[in-house]
Amino acid sequence: MAGRIRIRAQQKGDVTEVKALMRHPMETGQRKDQAGEPIPAHFIEEVTVTHNDTVVMHGYWGAAVSANPFLGLRFDGGVAGDTVSVAWIDNKGETGNGKTTIR
Amino acid sequence: MKHSIHPQGMARRGFLCLGAIIAATAVLPSKLWAAVIRPQTTFSATNLTSTFAELGGMPELHEGIIFSTPNIAENGAVVPVEVEVDTSRLANVEKIYVIVEKNPNPLAAMFTVAPGTKPAVETRVKVAQTGNLYAVVEAQGKHYMAVKETKVTLGGCGG
Repeated sequence: MAGRIRIRAQQKGDVTEVKALMRHPMETGQRKDQAGEPIPAHFIEEVTVTHNDTVVMHGYWGAAVSANPFLGLRFDGGVAGDTVSVAWIDNKGETGNGKTTIR
Repeated sequence: MKHSIHPQGMARRGFLCLGAIIAATAVLPSKLWAAVIRPQTTFSATNLTSTFAELGGMPELHEGIIFSTPNIAENGAVVPVEVEVDTSRLANVEKIYVIVEKNPNPLAAMFTVAPGTKPAVETRVKVAQTGNLYAVVEAQGKHYMAVKETKVTLGGCGG
C-alpha cells in the first residue's frame, strides 16, 4: 500500500513554504482492539522532503506523531515550477510519496 | 554412515540460513537518506531522564527557540507543535527534537535541517497526559531547549 501525500509548496519572497499531509494510521502499538488484542505498532519511521534533487529536511519519527501526519517547513530559494517531493517509509517497510511544483 | 543427516544438523542449517536472510535484509537500502542514522535508543527511552541522558544530559534553556504548543489541548491525539529558531540568537541549527514528557516513549520526532532550510518545523503529536513538551535544538554540537506545559483534557494514547 503506497500512501498518498498531499503537498503544497508556495513561494513567498525568498522562501518556499511547504505543507504536507500524509495518510497513515500512526498506530502506537499500545492500543487494544475491541477483543482486547493489542493492535500492532504501525507508524512512519522516516520522512524526507526534497527540493529538485536536494534533501531540504529529513525526519525520524516515533509512534507519537499524530495519525495522518502533518509537516510544515520553509527553505531558502525555490522558484515557481521547481519540484518538491515528500517520501516516507514506515516500520513495516511500506512507503508513500508525493510531489508537487512550487507555485 | 559418514554423511548422515540427523535432525540436529538440519535444525542448525535452518538456523544459519535464517541468519543469512536477516543479514541480507539488514543491508537492503531501506533508508531514504543515509546522512543521519536513526537514534533508536533515544526513541526507545521510556522516560524523560533517560531520553535526555541519550542526548548527553538535560540541555540548557535558550530564548532563541520559539516553541508554540497549545496551553490546553482538548484532544491529546492531535496536538499542534511548532519549533522555530531565531537565527540571530542561535545559528547553525542542525537538528530539532520534539519530546513529550509523559508519553511511553518521550521522543516523538527528530528533524535534520539541511543548510538553506529554515530552522523551523511544524507538526502534530500525541500527548498522553498533561505535562511538559520540550523542543530541543542541536546547534554547533550542543543541545539547547525550550519547555512548554500542555494540559490535556482527553489523552492521546487511549485505547
